[in-house]
Amino acid sequence: MADTNYDVIIIGSGPGGYVTAIRASQLGLKTAIVEREHMGGICLNWGCIPTKALLRSAEIYHYMQHAKDYGLSAEKISFDPAAVVNRSRGVSGQLAGGVGFLMKKNKVDIIWGEGKVTKAGEVTVSKTSKKAMEPQHPAPKGTKGEGVYKAKHIIVATGARPRVIPGIEPDGKDIWTYFEAMVPPTMPKSLIVMGSGAIGIEFASFYKTMGADVTVIEMMPTIMPVEDPEISGLAKKQMEKQGIKFLLEAKVSQVKKGAKGVTATVETKDGKKQDLTAEKLISAVGVVGNIENLGLEELGVKTDRGCVVIDGYGRTNVPGIYAIGDVAGPPMLAHKAEHEGVICVEKIAGKDVHAMDKSMIPGCTYCHPQVASVGLTEPKAKEAGYDIKVGRFPFIGNGKAIALGEPDGLIKTIFDAKTGQLLGAHMVGAEVTELIQGYVVAMNLETTEEDLMHTVFPHPTLSEMMKESVLDAYGRVLNM
Amino acid sequence: MPINITMPALSPTMEEGNLAKWLVKEGDQVSAGDVIAEIETDKATMEVEAVDEGTVGKIVVPEGSAGVKVNELIAVLLEDGEDAGSIDTAAASPAPAAAAAPAEAPAAAEPAAAASAPAGPAPVANDGSRIFASPLARRLAKLNSLDLSALTGTGPHGRIVKRDIEAAISAGTGKAAPAAEAPKAAAAAPALAAGPSADQVLKLFDDDSYELVPHDGMRKTIAKRLTESKQTIPHFYVSVDCELDALLALRAQLNGAAATDKDGKPAYKLSVNDMTIKALALALRDVPDANVSWTDENMVMHKHADVGVAVSIPGGLITPIIHRAEEKSLSVISNEMKDLGKRAKERKLKPEEYQGGTTAVSNMGMMGVKDFSAVVNPPHATILAVGAGEKRAVVKDDAVAIATVMTVTLSTDHRCVDGALGAQLLGAFKGYIENPMSMLV
Repeated sequence: MADTNYDVIIIGSGPGGYVTAIRASQLGLKTAIVEREHMGGICLNWGCIPTKALLRSAEIYHYMQHAKDYGLSAEKISFDPAAVVNRSRGVSGQLAGGVGFLMKKNKVDIIWGEGKVTKAGEVTVSKTSKKAMEPQHPAPKGTKGEGVYKAKHIIVATGARPRVIPGIEPDGKDIWTYFEAMVPPTMPKSLIVMGSGAIGIEFASFYKTMGADVTVIEMMPTIMPVEDPEISGLAKKQMEKQGIKFLLEAKVSQVKKGAKGVTATVETKDGKKQDLTAEKLISAVGVVGNIENLGLEELGVKTDRGCVVIDGYGRTNVPGIYAIGDVAGPPMLAHKAEHEGVICVEKIAGKDVHAMDKSMIPGCTYCHPQVASVGLTEPKAKEAGYDIKVGRFPFIGNGKAIALGEPDGLIKTIFDAKTGQLLGAHMVGAEVTELIQGYVVAMNLETTEEDLMHTVFPHPTLSEMMKESVLDAYGRVLNM
Repeated sequence: MPINITMPALSPTMEEGNLAKWLVKEGDQVSAGDVIAEIETDKATMEVEAVDEGTVGKIVVPEGSAGVKVNELIAVLLEDGEDAGSIDTAAASPAPAAAAAPAEAPAAAEPAAAASAPAGPAPVANDGSRIFASPLARRLAKLNSLDLSALTGTGPHGRIVKRDIEAAISAGTGKAAPAAEAPKAAAAAPALAAGPSADQVLKLFDDDSYELVPHDGMRKTIAKRLTESKQTIPHFYVSVDCELDALLALRAQLNGAAATDKDGKPAYKLSVNDMTIKALALALRDVPDANVSWTDENMVMHKHADVGVAVSIPGGLITPIIHRAEEKSLSVISNEMKDLGKRAKERKLKPEEYQGGTTAVSNMGMMGVKDFSAVVNPPHATILAVGAGEKRAVVKDDAVAIATVMTVTLSTDHRCVDGALGAQLLGAFKGYIENPMSMLV
């Protein structure tokens, strides 16, 4: 009989789950991971990665349309929607296969099926009852199957799924979630995007570039409500230039399906109602944790608003049961899940680790222009009582940005005037998602403005703007 | 799993040491108890022995490295079947229980230090070595007048980070010395003046008129401890003259009566210093209120007189201790002192042989010094400075007479030994010196 005893069993092989499994194995813990439909979870299969592939196609298509700006010519520019989608599926398939390989390399057993914590220290795996979306990448070979497995430590890493608004339930045909939006059979001519968070904005950007008429509806007064309002305001302006329409402080009260697609009744803050008709509607109003059918309720695991309640080390109120990633609450980001998982197993292994610090988790949105940020926004810093110094540097002052033909954008830094602590950094513009990590490292190492000013940034790069922004906060900007 | 060998704490107060010499090389087999390295602290050289058996996989800190912090990884031991490839993981892990223990230290005395050391990273020494702290932590420390060297870092590799400063602020610890003194003064006390900087000093001399000799550990310790003593201890001085003629006569008599072994070597040879030690120990027994140590919370009342004796050695001085000197006979004290003095000069003293003590004697009589005042060496509350015994004119029965006289000066920590108490102690001391037979009973 196959061995069914483990030190750690992780339910869910998303970026949180599989990274946790690798780290657990590195620490010498006997580890298994339970997955019901796709190695790599939503991130690799239906989220972060395949959308980046789609957006890359859109970006190149955008550049081809603007070839003239660079002294080039391109004629009869067109695209094949099926090929664009196929490329995206191929990218995610390659990475999902990679996760299977990583499990094998790290001697992590994969148990295929739906996991349920039947009692403390015991996971019962049954056949997968329902798949979130087809087509799925093939399951890895050599996995274990249904049965009862034991582990001293059980980590729930089951992720999240799209939030559903009653009356506007996605039907997979006219009303989409990110699942359907990822694999459009044809490109819609018109589109309503409900919600302007990262998911909504990225799809709005993608479909706009591919030629759709896009309207974004947001309940809050700014788009991308978690971002600094100055940054999201600039992003909105640029997207409006591209032709995306925004309705802010508005909500969809009703959606009717007809022959031509959907008609959404949108109610604005002043009480006015208007009907918008489009071929498709994407519902991107957030995600909720997958906390159901895991046995958590029966075992008395505390949850709050659809997420498992944990401490800084992933521990729930029930000893031996842990949760990490989206299912354990916001921010629902892959990199937060990974780090939470690593802290969780290191604590289990008795390592001297510090609790999760959520104040320095960067966020990236891959719309055009890109948005990236870390730490406190300007309003939040003021709200927290800081006396702040704010630095700004626009892309138009940066040689590399001009050379790239990307003169729109801004890098903003926020410092505590008293201590010089970098409280937050916010960016909009080309490639900023690759830049933000410089500030994240700086914040984690607790540098002050002085150290950043003493650091040599390479020329000519976009990163020079990061230094200029710091200099600007202290009245020492050079190139503006 | 590979076993990390970390810098052992050879004494409870040890913060860092020099890795003087490796006695093993990578690939060597060692078993528990093998001496693997020699470690030099500020005052002594100690051997370190392996606690586990295995193969030396990697020597992390090369020999001759100075200022190695306690608990720093110095080498990695591989168990059977492990290869050097597994070392990285081990090095990245937090230090497990110290894998090395001082070889010579008696088991009973050391486990406390060895076991408690890994509980947290050692505080960083304040001797000019680099303190690892984040830029933000450094600035916060400055803004809040905290002394970084008094804090323990919880960041990677013991780095002091923002949360450590915040913890210190909320706990009220780690205040820089001037700030800590402030509450005692009615008005805000001026900050202690820092001495002139190296640049300021060197500027006063021509470039080719001097050579620079870097401080060794002992010099740094002497500088640190004595500065600390003079800045924090209110010193008070009491002097008295003692007639030595009776003591010298008794000493000659006792030494003459010493049994000899087959080589003609006497069983003991008492010095004036040995008798001074005994006299001070007995005086402390008689005046127990002076046999104390100061702490901010309590008066530490010692039950025995542990007398430190300053021994001048090349490059500095060290104060080995005669424990329970009030209970020991003169010959025992004398022989112990000879052994301690010899090993002090070889820097072979164990930490427990020079740390602690309840008082001290500093004797410069053999150098012809008439009198001087010594600096109290905490935790002591007193130190006796002994001058030369010399023939002086004294008045006896209203007539000038000749007597061998020695001047002694007692320095006291006025926080715990007041002037009158100091005088009482010195009176008792003088009594034993001038009536030396009383030391024998």
